[in-house]
Amino acid sequence: MIVELGHFALILALSVAIIQSTLPLVGARGGDQRLMEIGSIGATGGFVLLAVAFSALTAAYVTSDFSVLNVFENSHSAKPMLFKVTGVWGNHEGSMLLWVLILAFFGALVALFGRDLPATLKANVLAVQGWILTAFLLFILFTSNPFTRLDPAPMEGQDLNPILQDVGLAIHPPLLYLGYVGFSIAFSFAVAALIDGRIDAAWARWVRPWTLVAWVFLTLGIAMGSYWAYYELGWGGWWFWDPVENASFMPWLAGTALLHSALVMEKRSALKIWTILLAILTFSLSLLGTFLVRSGVLTSVHAFATDPARGVFILVILCLFIGGALALFAWRASELEGGGLFAPISREGALVFNNLFLTTAAATVLVGTLYPLLLEVLTGEKISVGAPFFDLTFGPLMVPLLLAVPFGPLLGWKRGDLLAAGQRLYFAAGVALAAMILGLAFTGGTRVLAAFGFALAFWLIAGSLTDLFVRASFFKAGWRKGWARLTGLPRSAFGTALAHFGLGITVLGVITVSSFETETVTTMRPGDTVEAGGYTLHFDGASRRAGPNYEEQVGTFTIRDGGVAVAETESAKRFYPARQMPTTEAGIWTTWFSQLYVSLGDPSADGQSIVVRIWWKPLVTLIWIGSVFMALGGTVSLADRRLRVGAPTRSRGQARDRVAAGA
Amino acid sequence: MGFLSRLALVLGVCAALFAALPAGSLISSAHAVNPDEVLDDPALEARARELSAGLRCLVCQNQSIDDSNADLAKDLRVLVRERLVAGDTNDEVIDYLVSRYGEFVLLQPRFDWANLALWATPIIVLIAGAVFALVSVASRRKAKGPAALSPEEEAKIAALVDER
Repeated sequence: MIVELGHFALILALSVAIIQSTLPLVGARGGDQRLMEIGSIGATGGFVLLAVAFSALTAAYVTSDFSVLNVFENSHSAKPMLFKVTGVWGNHEGSMLLWVLILAFFGALVALFGRDLPATLKANVLAVQGWILTAFLLFILFTSNPFTRLDPAPMEGQDLNPILQDVGLAIHPPLLYLGYVGFSIAFSFAVAALIDGRIDAAWARWVRPWTLVAWVFLTLGIAMGSYWAYYELGWGGWWFWDPVENASFMPWLAGTALLHSALVMEKRSALKIWTILLAILTFSLSLLGTFLVRSGVLTSVHAFATDPARGVFILVILCLFIGGALALFAWRASELEGGGLFAPISREGALVFNNLFLTTAAATVLVGTLYPLLLEVLTGEKISVGAPFFDLTFGPLMVPLLLAVPFGPLLGWKRGDLLAAGQRLYFAAGVALAAMILGLAFTGGTRVLAAFGFALAFWLIAGSLTDLFVRASFFKAGWRKGWARLTGLPRSAFGTALAHFGLGITVLGVITVSSFETETVTTMRPGDTVEAGGYTLHFDGASRRAGPNYEEQVGTFTIRDGGVAVAETESAKRFYPARQMPTTEAGIWTTWFSQLYVSLGDPSADGQSIVVRIWWKPLVTLIWIGSVFMALGGTVSLADRRLRVGAPTRSRGQARDRVAAGA
Repeated sequence: MGFLSRLALVLGVCAALFAALPAGSLISSAHAVNPDEVLDDPALEARARELSAGLRCLVCQNQSIDDSNADLAKDLRVLVRERLVAGDTNDEVIDYLVSRYGEFVLLQPRFDWANLALWATPIIVLIAGAVFALVSVASRRKAKGPAALSPEEEAKIAALVDER
């Protein structure tokens, strides 16, 4: 009954979405207030209906209702409750339901928080949201219905893929989707502006916070996914350039570019047309990612060809939305008026530089991900494009970008002084140089690239803080006055500094672990010791244990530092009987920002010894800590925006614009 | 043009730095090598590891044979080491594997004409984007520079100045 209720709510949500995607549009053309308001009602109502549908599916999972095909295929009565709930989106149908739920959530947010939006813009935005929602609800109902019943109902379910039975599944997909799908708002705003044929700084002021929200979630989602893969897959890798990762990384790169170009548009009303295009491209990459992950085309082009229903459906959605939006762009973009002028060396110029490199990086990841698929479809030839390709192309693209980061905030709008900015960065350059020299000294001059990487990381870290320091002008104004000035700076200045600081931290982690990680693979018997990262690892012994829905072999290790035991760690190999699948649970010991990563291999034939792999991962956690700083920077910046967006009277805002334009 | 030449300089320096970068060294690869596979000669073993990181485990999704626990990956790891012990150069080992398994086995596609579209895309996008950005900034500045005053405006200003 509950399941049917959910199914019904899903169908009803489709009807509401169809209304939401048409009537407000008609209203916006004819200036009919009541028709336009249907957009808000539809967006809110659609969200409520999808929440009902989602809750119904969750209820079926929680009660282990195996008469529902989706629950039978992906759950088990012995599964811990957390994984029963997270299992709702640990499969194709359920994850698509989460996708549309979040899409509707963002639509509802626009409806609720968009009171100050011009009525026609709001109606158009919600209508475009309605189109996306309609398309994906049709997709779910026709090819991926999570509410399909099974008769007779089986006694037991087939369990969830054991790799997914982890807290990571509770956090990673929702965060990722909040990011991915959140870019739909920027897309809808862009298309609405094109329909309207009008775009101004107010538009950018609206789009930027939405883009920031999506970006913050996507940043956290990707970082969380990376850490999950790191500890769960048992080989200690944190980024694999896997097509599935690339699918989320491309929208992140484009979204980061969008964030920066929207800044130019808001402050200087330049780059309008480019920002619109970037908004369309960013969400297009999200859609492409959904297609890549959900159509099965990645597993094999042939699997896709034999069961093409889902893939072709998403491909059609993809072509309709990307093609339609780009056609609209080609048709209307020339009508949009270009804005402020700027010299190549200026804040705007620096942000264009940022956009140039980020879009090129996104294009590189895109071609690397799609090239093997296209080649196989076109010529039947099979090639692989893996990590070495991306390291060789993406890496060099990042270097000039990262070198330029500290300059950006120090350059003036319109016309900047590179020399003056450079002089302010003397301190950062000194720190970077010191890091390089120390790096060379400690490695005896053998690791030139690592030393250069250190320099780059510290250049970013010190450079990002320079802007705050300069704006507080501690030297000129003295410490007390400087402090007062510092605390009086707008939040967005702190946001920028934090995000760029986080980037430096991440780079430091990446460089250190890539250059100085050590690995030991050895066979150990209980009582054996092995050296790793300056610590001694003592193998205490192995034992068997039973979990709720698995059995595991656990190896216990004592970590000693100069003979003193400092920690104990457990590594395990689990076996899940329902799926007949093994997983590895690495033992990870964190000391400061570094980690000792211990993973169990196969036992020897006589069962007396076991293969143990130990990695010393210096500063590895900085990779994710840095991402958290980036997300924090985005959030702080968002707080600033809210204050300004929430500024009560419009006339005041316009007055400020005039002042800003005149400055 | 100062901006462009400085950009070129930065790019040149970076290209030079990265030319020295051996494939796969920027991103670490973790390993599934077993103790019994490891060669006694550390130099040969290091070469084997370097090669393995660039070879695909054919039955896996996007994993190198160095990362994978699959049986086939183990077979390939052993094969690579056998060829190295037999005295093959790195290129000979790669050629041998490609002749057996096709280019699919290479995680880094060959740098040749057939893969031109793949390798050239980043650099073409970057150059085209840079040219486009510079041209549009420059042309807009020219086009939208302050217009010269009309004769009437000149007259008005002259009148105002005279009044003083």
